[in-house]
Amino acid sequence: MRLALEAAFWLLALASHWLLPEQLPLLGQVWIVALFVLSLDLLVGFAGVLTLGHAAFFGLGAYAAGILAQQGWGEPLSGLLLAALLAALLGLVTAPLVLHGGDLPALMVTLGLSLMLAEAANKLPGITGGADGLLGVEMWPVLGLFRFDLFGRTAFFYALAVLFLLFLLARLITASPFGLALRGIRGNARRMPALGTPVRARLVAVYALSAAYAGVAGALLAQTTQFVSLDALSFQRSAEGLLMLVLGGLGALYGALLGAVAFTLAHHILSEMSPLFWQFWIGVALVGLALAGRGGLLGLGALLLRRGRA
Amino acid sequence: MTALATEGLSRDFGGFRAVAGIDLVLAQGARHAVIGPNGAGKTTLVNLLTGALRPTAGRVRLGGEDVTALSQHARVKRGLARTFQINQLFPEFTPVQAVTLALLEREGLTARWWRPVSAHGAVVAEARALLDSLRFAPAEMRAATRSLPYGRQRLLEIALALALRPRVLLLDEPAAGVPPGESRAVLDAVAALPRDVTVLLIEHDMDLVFRFAERITVLAQGAVLVEGPPAEVARDPRVREVYLGEPAHG
Amino acid sequence: MLTVLVDGIASGMLLFVLAVGLSVTLGLMNFVNLAHGAFGMAGGYVCVVLLNRHGVPFVVCLLAAALFAALLGLLLERVLYRRLYGRDHLDQVLFSIGLVFIAGAVVDWFLGARQQLITLPAWLSGRIELGFVGIGVYRLFLIGLCGAIVLALHLGLVRTRFGSRLRAAVDDAVVARGLGIPVERLFAVTFALGSGLAGLGGALGVEVLGLDPTFPLKYMVYFLIVVAVGGANTVLGPFVAALLLGVVDVAGKYYVPQLGAFAIYTAMVVLLILRPQGLLAKAAAR
Repeated sequence: MRLALEAAFWLLALASHWLLPEQLPLLGQVWIVALFVLSLDLLVGFAGVLTLGHAAFFGLGAYAAGILAQQGWGEPLSGLLLAALLAALLGLVTAPLVLHGGDLPALMVTLGLSLMLAEAANKLPGITGGADGLLGVEMWPVLGLFRFDLFGRTAFFYALAVLFLLFLLARLITASPFGLALRGIRGNARRMPALGTPVRARLVAVYALSAAYAGVAGALLAQTTQFVSLDALSFQRSAEGLLMLVLGGLGALYGALLGAVAFTLAHHILSEMSPLFWQFWIGVALVGLALAGRGGLLGLGALLLRRGRA
Repeated sequence: MTALATEGLSRDFGGFRAVAGIDLVLAQGARHAVIGPNGAGKTTLVNLLTGALRPTAGRVRLGGEDVTALSQHARVKRGLARTFQINQLFPEFTPVQAVTLALLEREGLTARWWRPVSAHGAVVAEARALLDSLRFAPAEMRAATRSLPYGRQRLLEIALALALRPRVLLLDEPAAGVPPGESRAVLDAVAALPRDVTVLLIEHDMDLVFRFAERITVLAQGAVLVEGPPAEVARDPRVREVYLGEPAHG
Repeated sequence: MLTVLVDGIASGMLLFVLAVGLSVTLGLMNFVNLAHGAFGMAGGYVCVVLLNRHGVPFVVCLLAAALFAALLGLLLERVLYRRLYGRDHLDQVLFSIGLVFIAGAVVDWFLGARQQLITLPAWLSGRIELGFVGIGVYRLFLIGLCGAIVLALHLGLVRTRFGSRLRAAVDDAVVARGLGIPVERLFAVTFALGSGLAGLGGALGVEVLGLDPTFPLKYMVYFLIVVAVGGANTVLGPFVAALLLGVVDVAGKYYVPQLGAFAIYTAMVVLLILRPQGLLAKAAAR
């Protein structure tokens, strides 16, 4: 039953290529955003570490991959790898600062760090292109075979394939003893040291992992759009990521994916009417979700399923 | 052989001395209780023993090794397990999941990310067996912890510590708040602890203390007031004074 | 040099008035209210609209801004915030970010996204020459007014029954409840007061900090710094923090403009790491 649903999800994702042939660039974006939300889910949903600055890793990955290609090495996979490594490294370095004590310092330190990075990118136009964005990103074909095309076909498959592989890895990790320990930390961080768990070490590990995922997502964006803007590092991105995660369902991998899909599609439809309209309704959605409590779309689905059976 | 000992253990909070120069010695297999009125320093003592707090002065020795500078989790790895006065459980986990987590941790497996928990079949089976020995019903093992009755949660609290197969077990008011109807299972679990495990019981409930402990330390105002076998402690006028407010020669 | 110092002190005092309410939300209810700046923005816009469109005297505008923000705060606290006390910090974060988005969209919809400008009354404009330097009259006005507010708050907190109850509740809400202190009501009143002060700060700040629909997000970090560094149980802590922040910010923008806001963010992170519980909080609490 569970496996069948999972297969259906991925088949539908693949089939969207033929179902919505006009919307390939948008769908490519959906997979990238989904990967970003997945990275947040690993950190916030499973380990219970709060962050308001996850865009820092997304942006770092985006600029890393973008600059690499701009400097003449346009091979996509090595770009992803570089982005993952750099983001993980930043995660490792900043994790001790973030995990210094409690939710509040974590929220503020992550926010502060991401703002620092955004401001640095803004003030170093020689490297990042500043407010004009990073131009001149030229990508080579994926695996030397598939050129990035104007219709976003290669981008669609490339992003979906990366998402799928990293999703499988996340699925493996979250079901492992390490994953169980993370959920234990989220469930009761006071008990874990009394079981002998080095809580700090586990959290640093998942922080770096989550950072690497976000970095890959950013790199995918840079490579598929062949452009990076300051937007990649914005607070808005961090906040929207959290919204999507909660919308889909915290601490469940498919929740992250569903949230990203639902949010991006709604964004596309509503902001065509009016960007203000969109901002207003996103605000209402956030307030409503917070008041209603957790579970998100996935929780709602499970509830309906149970009702249906009963 | 000494299993757990403290030397001149002290802890100040600001100007207030919560624990003042406590010396404790527990032989291997001891059944030792620490009692004392509220504010006597019991909770601080527990936190100093487990490593949740650092002492202002003094040392903690575990099986001969000085562990004063070690973190909580490092002390657990050296055989010191504890239960909490107020349940510290995993509300969303089932008892099997929670005990499995404890067992995986004992085996040093929680850094492993490449195999699912379900592939560690022996560990999961051991979790079930442990819960079974504490008379958890199969349905209870599979229910979310927060949905269990309080007495069962209290028992799970002990199960998590037992899963670590400790050499020294610190029980912090194990029967606190358990309704009379459910307390039997908790008391049985305490009574059935393996003889080679050294047990330090922090208690309020005198019945439990006098039934279980072979040696008792009475704390008052952060210091050791009396230490001795139960009968001796029960007769001591100073203890009566602290507990009942009776004057020592009244 | 002196001009920079005075400007810094003035903007620091403004930040204090804007942020002090947040220290109560965070300290008393342990509530992460990222939307605090929205009350400042509300006050700012009330002031701008009354002054520019209806020609209401500036001082009356200030009072109206404070009153409007206070009432808005009271309303939102009773209707929405109340439901989220004691909930996960993540819920509170999402909720308050949602409010910021809504507030920004509403303001943008009715009044547009451009920077708002006001013309100060004649008696507040111009400069006073002190030897070699000129100091803006409005800056001095800000320092005087905000200084009076700081003093009033400090005395109110230390001398009055309301103040002592509030301090008790911030220290330990459970114990305070046990003592029969109506913590909920106390908080509602304090929330309204904090929102009102933010509204006043927003109105006063149009000339200094600027005003557009991104105001709450732009200054969120500043408010958080003031509170995080200053601690919650005292007026003095956040005040000192706000002054430091104001001076560092203005000096940074004046002397090393190429750093931009980088210096402030760095200061925030460093301070948070060094003193996660607030710079003066410990000294004041015990």
